[in-house]
Amino acid sequence: MTHPTARPLGKRVLLMGTCLCDAFYDDVARATVEVLEHLGYSVDYPEDQTCCGQPAFNSGEWSASRKVAKHAAEVFAGDLPVIVPSGSCAAMNRHGNLLQHEENPDPAITSLANRTWEVIDFIFNGIGIKSWPGRFEKPTRIAFHRSCHSRGTHTGEAVRTLLASIENAEVIPFGQQEQCCGFGGTFSVTFPHISGQMGTLKLDHILDTNPDMLCGIDMSCLMHLSGLAINQGRPIPHKHTIQILRDTLLS
Amino acid sequence: MIGNQLIDLYARTISDEKQHSVSDGAAAGTEKRYQVLHKDYQNPDVLRKLAASIKDHTLHHLGDYLAKAEKALVSRGVKVHFASTGDDAKQTILSILQGHGVTSLTKSKSMAAEEIHLNPFLIENGIECLESDLGEFIIQLDDDIPSHIVKPIIHKNRREIAKTFQREGIAADYNDDPETITRRARAYLREKYFKAQAGITGANFVCADTGRMLLATNEGNSRFGMAPVPLHIALVGIEKIIPREKDLSVFLNLLGRSATGQQLTVYTEFINGPRSANQPDGPEHMHVVFMDNGRTDVLASNCREILRCIRCGACQNVCPVYRQASGHAYRSTYGGPVGAVLTPLLFGDRFPELADLPKASSLCGACNEVCPVDIPIPDLLLRLRDKAHREHVHSPAAIPMSPFAILATSPSLWRTAMTMSKAMNHLPIQVAPIKPLQDWLGQRTLPESHGGDFRKWYKTRKKG
Repeated sequence: MTHPTARPLGKRVLLMGTCLCDAFYDDVARATVEVLEHLGYSVDYPEDQTCCGQPAFNSGEWSASRKVAKHAAEVFAGDLPVIVPSGSCAAMNRHGNLLQHEENPDPAITSLANRTWEVIDFIFNGIGIKSWPGRFEKPTRIAFHRSCHSRGTHTGEAVRTLLASIENAEVIPFGQQEQCCGFGGTFSVTFPHISGQMGTLKLDHILDTNPDMLCGIDMSCLMHLSGLAINQGRPIPHKHTIQILRDTLLS
Repeated sequence: MIGNQLIDLYARTISDEKQHSVSDGAAAGTEKRYQVLHKDYQNPDVLRKLAASIKDHTLHHLGDYLAKAEKALVSRGVKVHFASTGDDAKQTILSILQGHGVTSLTKSKSMAAEEIHLNPFLIENGIECLESDLGEFIIQLDDDIPSHIVKPIIHKNRREIAKTFQREGIAADYNDDPETITRRARAYLREKYFKAQAGITGANFVCADTGRMLLATNEGNSRFGMAPVPLHIALVGIEKIIPREKDLSVFLNLLGRSATGQQLTVYTEFINGPRSANQPDGPEHMHVVFMDNGRTDVLASNCREILRCIRCGACQNVCPVYRQASGHAYRSTYGGPVGAVLTPLLFGDRFPELADLPKASSLCGACNEVCPVDIPIPDLLLRLRDKAHREHVHSPAAIPMSPFAILATSPSLWRTAMTMSKAMNHLPIQVAPIKPLQDWLGQRTLPESHGGDFRKWYKTRKKG
């Protein structure tokens, strides 16, 4: 499960906006459009899109998740790259979908898998932009939570390199970085105690290093962590990496 | 009503002391593994994938390699038995022991023996059966259950062990210095070794080409236990075969580093068969019991990759759920990620009893990342969740997904729902009569809904 090997040829891409951005984090989807347009890409957002199907897939209800995946494959049909501001949805398209179709492979599903890029991976490896001409007004220490669904992909390296190249930015290490934040979608609902403990531990490690902000590539992890942090009376500013790219560029 | 998962409920009941013992021990194991493995190998993935392919090849030709191993073992003077179930294995071992008039034996650590509860069975049948691995010995004294594959007492601290030793009369006084504890156990066990009439071991690997068997330990207990006895019985899962002796160079380099962060375990024993004419000591009789106990069913399933497992425990160490809940939460011999896959499968028809185990994961993938044989554990957990759903296994904590599927395949309905979700900003959703939502929001503050805002912006903006 790495990134697509073929470099994108044209300058048009499709945006898979994710259900979380649709419901809560509109600015992350917006930043994705703005950054890609700044890089010279035209971004189409197919309006019939809904969700990648992961909640049902992870719950083991593959009959339901295959229907949702099929819908997504139809909405994003064609040969344009599909860009998604989420490592988790990218992993669903690129890997989970193939797993749930392994007995009956579907060309539309396979095509979607081969064309899906997590957005930072796309910028770094797809387009080939290896440093970011951005600037923070004052020195900013960033804790980057890599998100588990980017394991085995090039996203983590891409984020670290791009962030580190921004003027006044410092990506700071923290303890047990390989550990999950405890969200896991429906896992956080059906295993509320363990999920909360995992998130608290992650916050302890992050806040120990006294960062100026928490950054990630999945709003799901950040929603869970920031939601816990607020209830624990230790809120932490947080942004998707694509927002940082846009904001440092514009300022 | 959606209820709670058993493992989550269990995790709430364990003491802070136990939880800290488990999570600290596990985290230390993860850290040590990383340091040692990455110091020696620039890209351990190459080695992990090679090991995986050797195991897959072996499993694909398991019948042939078992026959080959049997032939090689027999030619070395070993008696070979095949047991299709755990009960068969236990009966086979009992009758070998009875045939030799054994009333007392020592046993080194074996997950296969744990799997079939061999110890209590032999004790019930009048055979004194002493665990010689320090951790397992303490488990036996406390009538406890191992909670980790290589560190059976990861859930205990030294103060508890010192108390046990005092209670059991192994030590005259309380002393929780680790070295003193070890010396005391050693003094106590040493005498027992000489009373024993047989030694039981497991095996880490059996080489099909030569019939040589390999045991990795850190205490030398299996080797010591074998020296004075006339009979050695090895209980071996059929998946422990490797094709060639030279494949050990791959597996031994991974096993110690993955399990305990050691380049090699302190003792790496190669067993050539019973004592030969020119050997001064060692058992004159050697039996190998190859045990299936559900493994061929696993091999026939779509989760067969789990049979690559070499029982290193790295997935347990790294697993955030294991660290919170402990191995005991998994209600079976194998806890943690490997157990969540293997145990429900080994249970065969009783799969529904443990069908909740594969759900005890955020699917974070850390287990696959550290696995020395690259088992795609998250994929296997997902396949088992699918299996449970297809077989209509009742789950107390299932969130029904068909309403979601209807919504997510009806674009206009979806858009309406997104816009309507903004109503949440003005409603006291914390009091909505949905238990999981209340639990979730009890710990977390949900961000404000911006349902449909991006779509609106995208439609109305001027393209720059």
